[in-house]
Amino acid sequence: MAANTLDALNRIRATRVWQSIFRRGPARTNRARSLAVFGNIFFHLLPVKVREKSLRVRATYYLGSISFLLFVVLTITGILLMLYYHPAVPQAYRDMKDLRFVVSNGVFLRNLHRLAAQVMVLAVFWHMFHVFYRGGYRPPHEFNWVIGVVLLLITLFLSYTGYLLPWDQLAFWAITVGTNILAAMPFLGGKLRYLLLGGNLVGENALLRFYVLHCVILPLLAALFIAVHFWRVQKDGGLTVEEAEEKTGEE
Amino acid sequence: MSESGSKGRYEAGFGSDALKSPQRIVFITKKTSAKVKGDVGRQLMTYPHLILRETIVFQILTVALVVVGLFWDAPLEQLANPLVTPNPAKAPWYFLGLQELLHYFPPLVAGIIIPTLVVVGLIVIPYFHVNVRGEPLWSGRRAQRLLLFLVVLGVLVVVLAIFEAWTVLTPTIVIAILMFLSYFAKSGRGAEVRPGPRPTSPQRGSGFWRSRPISWWVMTWFISVALILTVVGTFFRGPGWSWVWPWRNG
Repeated sequence: MAANTLDALNRIRATRVWQSIFRRGPARTNRARSLAVFGNIFFHLLPVKVREKSLRVRATYYLGSISFLLFVVLTITGILLMLYYHPAVPQAYRDMKDLRFVVSNGVFLRNLHRLAAQVMVLAVFWHMFHVFYRGGYRPPHEFNWVIGVVLLLITLFLSYTGYLLPWDQLAFWAITVGTNILAAMPFLGGKLRYLLLGGNLVGENALLRFYVLHCVILPLLAALFIAVHFWRVQKDGGLTVEEAEEKTGEE
Repeated sequence: MSESGSKGRYEAGFGSDALKSPQRIVFITKKTSAKVKGDVGRQLMTYPHLILRETIVFQILTVALVVVGLFWDAPLEQLANPLVTPNPAKAPWYFLGLQELLHYFPPLVAGIIIPTLVVVGLIVIPYFHVNVRGEPLWSGRRAQRLLLFLVVLGVLVVVLAIFEAWTVLTPTIVIAILMFLSYFAKSGRGAEVRPGPRPTSPQRGSGFWRSRPISWWVMTWFISVALILTVVGTFFRGPGWSWVWPWRNG
C-alpha cells in the first residue's frame, strides 16, 4: 500500500506538469534538495543546509517557527473574520453578537483568532528571551536581533489594535487607558494620541484607524520584517547553537 | 580550512562529500565573514530535514489551537459605553506591568521613560562588547565590582522604597541576594575565566551561578520584575488599583 502510494507519487512527480511547476525531479540527490529550497520563492528565505545541532528541539524549541505559524493562523482567521465585520459604531459590536449567535462556527473562529493572538505575544517574548540566553544575538547576528525587537513591537501593536475592534467595554477602556499613557509624553504625547485616535477620545474614528492598522498596515509591516528576519538568519550563517558559557573561554 | 590565515591570503578546499554533492571550492580571505571561518559542525539538508520538522511542529500546534479554541471562549462584555467606567479599567495583560508601574511612578516616568529605556536597552544588547564576551560577573577586579554592585543596588532600593514600589522592590531584592551569594560561590577565586577547553555540558550547581555574566543577571532581573508586575496587575489588583486576593470572592 505504502509502496503503491510512493510509486504513484513518483509517477506524478515525473509528469511534465509537475516538472513545469517545481522545475526538478524527486529530491534524491543533494543537488535536487538544494534546488527544492532555493528554487522555491518561499523556501529560498531559508538556508539550503542547517546545522544538525540547531535542529534539536532544545536548541530553539522551534519558538521562531511557532511564532511564524501563529502569524499565518492569525492571517487566515483574521481574513475570515473580516468577512463578518464592519468597523463602525455600534455595528462592530453587533457583528460580535452575530459571530456568536448567527454565523456558523463564528464563536470558534473568533476563539481561534484571539487564542492565537495571545499565544503569539507569549511565543514572541519567549523566543526573544531564549535567543538572549543562548547568546544568539552575538555577531554576526546583531542586526537580526534588532529586527527581532522591531517584530516584537509590531506584534504588541498588532495585538493592541485588535483589542479595540470588538467595541465592548473591555475593548473601549483598555484602549482608553493605553492611549492615556501615550498622552503623558512631553510635547508630542497629545498630538500622537490625536493622530492615533483621530480625535481626543476613543470613538468612531479611532475604531476605523485601529481597523486599518490592524488589518492592513501592521500585517504588511510584520510580513516584511519576518521575511527580512528569516533571510538574515541565512545570510548571517545560520543559527548560533552554542551555549552561552561555551563561548566564554574560547577567546 | 581551519589553518587559514597562517598561510597565504587565499586557501582552497574541496567538499568532503564530493560524491554526493557538487564539488565546492572555497576561497578564504582575511575579510571572510565569521560564518565561513566558524566551526559549522555536521550539516543536514534543509529539505527535507528542517521542512519536515517544521511541518510536524505546525501540525501539533494547529491541533492544540483547535482543541483549546473549541472550549475556551473569547470574552465579550457589554457594548462600549464612555459614560460607564469599569473599576478598575485594565489594559491588555501584556501592558499590565506598565499599568502597575503607573501606580507607583508619575506617568512620564512609568509610561514613557521606562518603556523607551527598555526598548533601547533591548536594541543595543548585541552592540556591547561586555555582553558579547559574556565574561562572568565576579571575575577580574572582584572587589571593585562588588562595591559598584552594592552602590547601584543601594540607590535602586532607596528610589524604589521612596516611591513605595513594593512589587518592583521584592524581585529586585531577591535577584540581588542571588547575585550577592554568587560572589561567594565555591572555589574562591575560581571565577576567573579558566584557560583550556571548557566542559561541553552546561554547568550546574555553584559553578553555574559563578559563571553568570552581568548581562545574564540584568536580563534575569528584568524578566523577574516584568513577570511579577504583569501577574500582580492581572490577578491581584481590584477597584482603585487596590490589592486583592484572586481566590477571595471579589
